[in-house]
Amino acid sequence: MLSLSDIAIVGSYETRLGVVPDRGPMALGVEATLGAIADAGLEPAEVDGLITCNSLVAPVMYHAEATAEYAGMAPGHCLSVGTGGGTTFTALRYAAAAIQTGLAHTVVVSMADSMRSFMTRERAMVVQSSSGHPLYEQPYGPTVPAYYALIAQAHMDAFGTTESQFAEAMVSSRAWASLNPSAQYREQVSVEDVLASKPIADPLKLLDCSIVSDGGAAVVLTRLDRARDLPHTPVMLRGYGEGHHYEHISQASSLIASAAADSGRAALEQAGLHVRDIGLAQLYDCFSPALLIQLEDLGFCAKGEGGDYLASGATRPGGQLAVNTHGGMLSHCHPGNPGAMFGLTEAIRQYRGGAGERQLHDLEHTLLHAQGGIMSSHATLILGRPQ
Amino acid sequence: MSGVDVVNQAYADGLAAGQLLLQRCGDCGRHQFYPRIACSHCTGSKLTWVRAAGGGQIASFTVVRRGVSADFTAPYVVALVDLDEGVRMMTHIIDADPEQLEIGMPVALDFQQVAIAPGRQPVFRPAAP
Repeated sequence: MLSLSDIAIVGSYETRLGVVPDRGPMALGVEATLGAIADAGLEPAEVDGLITCNSLVAPVMYHAEATAEYAGMAPGHCLSVGTGGGTTFTALRYAAAAIQTGLAHTVVVSMADSMRSFMTRERAMVVQSSSGHPLYEQPYGPTVPAYYALIAQAHMDAFGTTESQFAEAMVSSRAWASLNPSAQYREQVSVEDVLASKPIADPLKLLDCSIVSDGGAAVVLTRLDRARDLPHTPVMLRGYGEGHHYEHISQASSLIASAAADSGRAALEQAGLHVRDIGLAQLYDCFSPALLIQLEDLGFCAKGEGGDYLASGATRPGGQLAVNTHGGMLSHCHPGNPGAMFGLTEAIRQYRGGAGERQLHDLEHTLLHAQGGIMSSHATLILGRPQ
Repeated sequence: MSGVDVVNQAYADGLAAGQLLLQRCGDCGRHQFYPRIACSHCTGSKLTWVRAAGGGQIASFTVVRRGVSADFTAPYVVALVDLDEGVRMMTHIIDADPEQLEIGMPVALDFQQVAIAPGRQPVFRPAAP
């Protein structure tokens, strides 16, 4: 059987993103699918696996199959994956496994949604918060920001983390987004701007929260020996890990330490790397405390020191660790479950040298992390260059 | 078709009688919440219902400034409370100045109608000093 490090990403595509009122989730998903296949220099008929994530805005019963049908494809394998925000890397891992085992030769992972233009804000609030337990959480009216506020408050209590330190997440995000023409929000902000933004769920303000977007993206995976004939230098999979400690926040054994520690450790171990080898971290910044806790749990700083680490400017352009160079979900694009796809397509862009003003130099290893639920389902992926 | 399974129905019946019911495992002796068909600590199935004594402390809380829907009038407090029996639950903290709330604060059980659930649900208020 092939190993994970024999699997390459050979195609990558992002749709228009941000506010896209003229194309719904399925159209964006098909555009991304066909776009990634073309980017890989392949024909749709050469793809024998399609893995997608259902839309929250317009869910369909058989999502991958419907996507294939719309695109005029008839792949031998279709699978719809749902692990919330973690879906991107979970799906990628199963795509790689299908290729490793010989089940499929070339697999597309494609995701899109339209939370911004095809769902009212009111409906989006209800749909997103429905990850809460229907009988034992939802009756109390928790919003998604409220779930993360419970985590933020516990972190402040345990470690003295401050609201100003949480605010640094958006400062860093916008500093990167200002260098990315495709980011939905590009205006730089200060800690004071974040603190003065509208209160949402104490201690979180509007600018501690990710944005609401439309958009889709897809990637194409195949074996390295096949990748060598294709137009782009392949980006290699090096390590992967998952961790799942709970689903509902009221059942979490800890509010301040997450299963990102498990997934990160497993991914780095498989890659044979240490966290200090990572030159780019594409993390799941749905809310400022989520980013801060991932920085700790993945080992970029010690537990409890995430606030100081963010405030030091370490994650901003020119800092010691490039984090979310596209702007992340706080500024670039967050259409729902596909949010982490743009961390992946940005990493591929960085490897290809196409990241413009925010291009990193001598990038070797990238760590990507995504999580679903309320710091519930974690997936970590390590990328590198061909050996 | 009731749409409610047997453990959730027993819990709801307890609420209707003005009681917060927890499950206690006959094998490992620990409590659990929410109700299940097996013990989440040891998978034991000898579960009995016990009435929560009503004491606990705040594990975390947030003041929701933008309500989840028109059914909820902001601001309101969403909290996680650790009961003295060793289980945690999501709840409201009522009759409290949000500025005075803190993690670790002792709270006491009460029941109140909430927006979207039938009947009264368990809520907590700061415990009398």
